Amino acid sequence: MRRLLHLNSVHKIFNEDTPDEKIGLSNINLKLEPGDFVTVIGSNGAGKSTLMNVISGVLFPDAGEIRIKGKNILSLPEHKRSRFIGRVFQDPMAGTAPTMTIEENLAMAYARNKRRTLRRGITKRSRDFFQEAVKSLHLGLENRFTAKVGLLSGGERQALSLLMATFTEPDILLLDEHTAALDPSRAALITKLTKQIVAEHGLTTMMVTHNMQQAIDLGNRLIMMDKGQIILDVDEVNKRSLTVESLLNEFQRIRGEKMASDRALLS
Amino acid sequence: MFALFSALESGVIYAIMALGVYLSFRILDFPDLTVDGSFVTGAAISAGLIVHGQSPFIATLAGMLAGFIAGCFTGILHTKGKINPLLSGILMMIALYSINLRIMEQRSNVPLLGEGTIFSITTSYWQKLGLDSMLNQLFTAIGLGDSLPKTWGIFIVMAIVTLLIKWAADWFLKTEIGLALRATGDNKRMIRSFSANTDGLTVLGLGLSNALVAFAGALIAQYGGFADVGMGIGMIIIGLASVIIGEALFGTKSIARATLAVVLGAVVYRIIIAFALQIEFFETGDLKLITALIVVCSLILPKLLEARKEQARKTKRKLTNGKSMDRKGEEIAASKLGS
Repeated sequence: MRRLLHLNSVHKIFNEDTPDEKIGLSNINLKLEPGDFVTVIGSNGAGKSTLMNVISGVLFPDAGEIRIKGKNILSLPEHKRSRFIGRVFQDPMAGTAPTMTIEENLAMAYARNKRRTLRRGITKRSRDFFQEAVKSLHLGLENRFTAKVGLLSGGERQALSLLMATFTEPDILLLDEHTAALDPSRAALITKLTKQIVAEHGLTTMMVTHNMQQAIDLGNRLIMMDKGQIILDVDEVNKRSLTVESLLNEFQRIRGEKMASDRALLS
Repeated sequence: MFALFSALESGVIYAIMALGVYLSFRILDFPDLTVDGSFVTGAAISAGLIVHGQSPFIATLAGMLAGFIAGCFTGILHTKGKINPLLSGILMMIALYSINLRIMEQRSNVPLLGEGTIFSITTSYWQKLGLDSMLNQLFTAIGLGDSLPKTWGIFIVMAIVTLLIKWAADWFLKTEIGLALRATGDNKRMIRSFSANTDGLTVLGLGLSNALVAFAGALIAQYGGFADVGMGIGMIIIGLASVIIGEALFGTKSIARATLAVVLGAVVYRIIIAFALQIEFFETGDLKLITALIVVCSLILPKLLEARKEQARKTKRKLTNGKSMDRKGEEIAASKLGS
């Protein structure tokens, strides 16, 4: 069986040959099977977001290769990779267009893997389909279909972003701390929706989070990063017995120092 | 009163230019100064071709195409050259000044006296219909007989053309490409994550915007009877004035409403200018100053009005709060007295 996502010795260095030189990613090797749900943790600057950006095409690695379903995607620009990569960002404002209506936003997301033409963006048929999709969120958004998205709350916008990123069933779903900017109850709602949607479509998912408990609760695999490297890779069986404490101890054992993130400890 | 009618006529023509500015300024969120140059490009190419014996219709379309290309260049400067939007527009505007002079064979003015124009052709068809006398009789009957134009042809034909363009813009902005174009101005990061090429869409949007501007330029040259190398100065501000006045007066609830507002805004702007020039003190040369003042006013006035409303709401709230607090005091006093 072909690997769904395969990163082969990927390197990324920022500001090379300047005093600000910083290692973004160093020799990253990662293989994801279809249906894997990997959570990624690590302190600030560990390279979690860089990893996401290298996969999605926002950044280009200095060396190495990235394959999706066996196909090397390094030559593709960001917008072409978006055909098979779904993303939800940390900022709830980033995933939707505020001056456009809910149905227009859904229509744009729906056109992801098609060629955009001069056909009407929203037809009667697609509208019915969008209605059904939005109902699954149980937020009552189906009654506000022609409202501008800028009028929605942060939680509602993030739920909509999640739906838009997933309802076309991308090969890979990248979630970059997508609950971090929400209050606890909204974050819990989005976490629940994430679980539900990923399971429903069987999506191969990578989720970056600062919340260790969330990283343990969700998914079938856990990766810990530090200084641009993957320092720990926990598989499904071992993940069941993980606790926040055992993760922190593990970090200390590998690195010989305490984990340097108050944010990770507190959450 | 005759000035009012010509304000209506030129208003519906300039409305096409204002729709172009709306496309770049509002939809793409790109303050595009190319407009000052591409307006003249449209005028120069159409005038040049007409003088050389081309059909006015082909000449106008050629002007429009040239505007499209100019806009695309601005887009490429910005997206591929990573030049700031304002600077890309200014660079293109300056470059176009020389190009326009070349098109006009180094003359600063190309007169169209005695040449057939789109308007001379359409009005001759129009007059065969014989609707002028009917319309004039109608207006005389309702007591407006003293301000009648020689022909209604230009106004009515141009109003139809402008409304057709408005309708086409509404339609386009609701297609799959149109939605992606709007999202490019609204949230680039988002639409890129849904596989839209934002660079390509920016280039396309600026091309279409400047095509409309150049189209208006070609029409204004034929309407006024000349193309002049300086006729585009301040055109972006006139476009902005139309957009802002229109939005303030007629609202922006939906795309169709917003584009209608822009068209009406362009007409209102011309009427304001016509009235301003009636005032003895002003001279024709003051036009740009008046335009600048109108834009400043239409930008500041809505904010002042909003601030005053807010102030009124605050004082009202204070008053009602104060009253209820007094009452609370009375209640406490009453309860104490009672016990």
